[in-house]
Amino acid sequence: MSARGIRIEGLRKRYGEGDTAVEALKGVDMQVAPGEVVGLIGPSGSGKSTLLKCLGAVIDPTAGRMTLGDEVIYDDGWKVRDLRALRRDKIGFVFQAPYLIPFLDVTDNVALLPMLAGLGNAEARATALALLTALDVQHRARAMPSQLSGGEQQRVAIARGLVNRPPVILADEPTAPLDSTRAMAVIRILNDMARKYQTAIIVVTHDEKIIPTFRRIFHIRDGVTTEEPGEGRGFD
Amino acid sequence: MISLAGRDILHAWGKFVFTGLGLGLLIGVTLVMAGVYRGMVDDGKALLDNSGADLWVVQKDTLGPYAESSSLNDDVYRSIRAMPGVARAANATYLTMQVRKGDGDVRAMVVGIAPGQPASTPGWPPYLVAGRQITRAHYEAVADVASGFALGDRIAIRRNHYTVVGLTRRMVSSSGDPMIFIPLKDAQEAQFLKDNDAIRQSRRRTAANPVFSRPGQPGVLEAVIASQSTNAFVNTVLVRLEPGHAADAVADAIRRWKRLTVYTRPQMEDILVGKLIATSARQIGMFLAILAVVSAAIVAFIIYSLTMDKIREIAVLKLIGTRNRTIAAMIMQQALALGVLGFVVGKISASLAAPYFPKYVLLVPLDSIAGFFAVLVICVLASLVAIRIALAVDPAEAIGG
Repeated sequence: MSARGIRIEGLRKRYGEGDTAVEALKGVDMQVAPGEVVGLIGPSGSGKSTLLKCLGAVIDPTAGRMTLGDEVIYDDGWKVRDLRALRRDKIGFVFQAPYLIPFLDVTDNVALLPMLAGLGNAEARATALALLTALDVQHRARAMPSQLSGGEQQRVAIARGLVNRPPVILADEPTAPLDSTRAMAVIRILNDMARKYQTAIIVVTHDEKIIPTFRRIFHIRDGVTTEEPGEGRGFD
Repeated sequence: MISLAGRDILHAWGKFVFTGLGLGLLIGVTLVMAGVYRGMVDDGKALLDNSGADLWVVQKDTLGPYAESSSLNDDVYRSIRAMPGVARAANATYLTMQVRKGDGDVRAMVVGIAPGQPASTPGWPPYLVAGRQITRAHYEAVADVASGFALGDRIAIRRNHYTVVGLTRRMVSSSGDPMIFIPLKDAQEAQFLKDNDAIRQSRRRTAANPVFSRPGQPGVLEAVIASQSTNAFVNTVLVRLEPGHAADAVADAIRRWKRLTVYTRPQMEDILVGKLIATSARQIGMFLAILAVVSAAIVAFIIYSLTMDKIREIAVLKLIGTRNRTIAAMIMQQALALGVLGFVVGKISASLAAPYFPKYVLLVPLDSIAGFFAVLVICVLASLVAIRIALAVDPAEAIGG
């Protein structure tokens, strides 16, 4: 395992106390290497969203250990102090809907994160433009989100997730609103970007079309994950 | 760092601009209301300035002649003029009435001024903008231009007609009614002049009273009737002091020796501002308070609505690491921008509309500055609800499931 990527050991999450307590995660183990794209699938209520929120440093686990790159971010009750900065600098998010900021143009949607991290406007925009070029949406750089197609919006959202070069990207059903052609295009982009930027990408999905594309798949059921090899079709 | 507030405003500029215009008109009304109050105060001070008096001698224990009726014998001024420190003393009458003007009428304060010269006799209009001062003992008038009369116009007051020989400006009562100056004797008559039927009725009643027709006392009835049809009273004696004499000291002397009520300039200002227009001022204050609350409610509603429209975006911003203070600043900057836009619209609309108000509207720069900061404070307070909601947004809302 290289220094980047994400490692989760014995992650637990319990909601409530006493008789009404619900254990959503019951000791999840997971490891994703840099440049790897893995699938996380499971039925509704299996604990997918809880796991994603724990991985995204949005909610605190009850127990376990999480390591992001070189940095331990959670260890049995201890956690890093500035979760906001952690999310900004170390975790990229791609959502089911792109959730671009409607009042910022494409470039500034992507450049906002580096700006929040303290980069100058010009430098942040240059970084954003380079990513948009890599994702082949540079021609829409000045467009507003409402002027983009669904596929273009998702590519911009991927660029936003990547712009701060996070060790991990959490993609929550990124292909759900797309047809199969566009869905496959998005998965191809995620694989390309993972390789190019050595980012670990966890894709939460129900989408049967894209499941065969993963080399490794984590199934989650009743708060427990099991790992199985995927087909890795189409991305050799 | 880009301005999130500015970008959001540009993105939803239609909603923002129209809200700003609406708020601006409300602020404009607020500024005009403040201007109406300032105008009333200024009218009161103009009234005192234009009278040219240092002291006002009125009927004992009254707040006359402007706030209450006051009646003094018209020969009192002679004894007052003889007192130490008094340079000039002149009778004056004030009567607010509807003066006929063509087919309609105009509300005016008719001022009776004692014979004399403008510079030397208190009560005279200190300057004219057209024509000349009154030079005849009867039936000439000087009118404020706000009354609408022009030189040569004929003014009907009671049963007499007066020719406008001069025009003046900013000679108004504390209520803002334009003044019409006429000779004192005419004004005294106008105050008490009754119609012929009323005079006949009064004479008949007096004649029927046996007290006035006792045997051996000829001429009593005629004397009483004569006294009933003449007016030997005025409302005030305006006093101008000799240089070097303190107003309070001279006023005390008049009070002591003449047993009359005397007001100095500060006391008269207190009566006009503190008593005469106090109720109006409170009324305006209430309106200002209501308008402030309504303005705050509008700003709060629109900022709340703008914030609720982008709850999901706020969740995303928080999830990707935006600081709470950046989000709070975005909302507060929007509220402040709305306030600034509203104030600019309000100030312009108030300045354009003020001259068309029937009463004098005095827009004081200090009020505008205070109003500007009040608008900013209101906007900041109004944005707190939206900020509270935005800060309570859970970044997890951006993640489905």
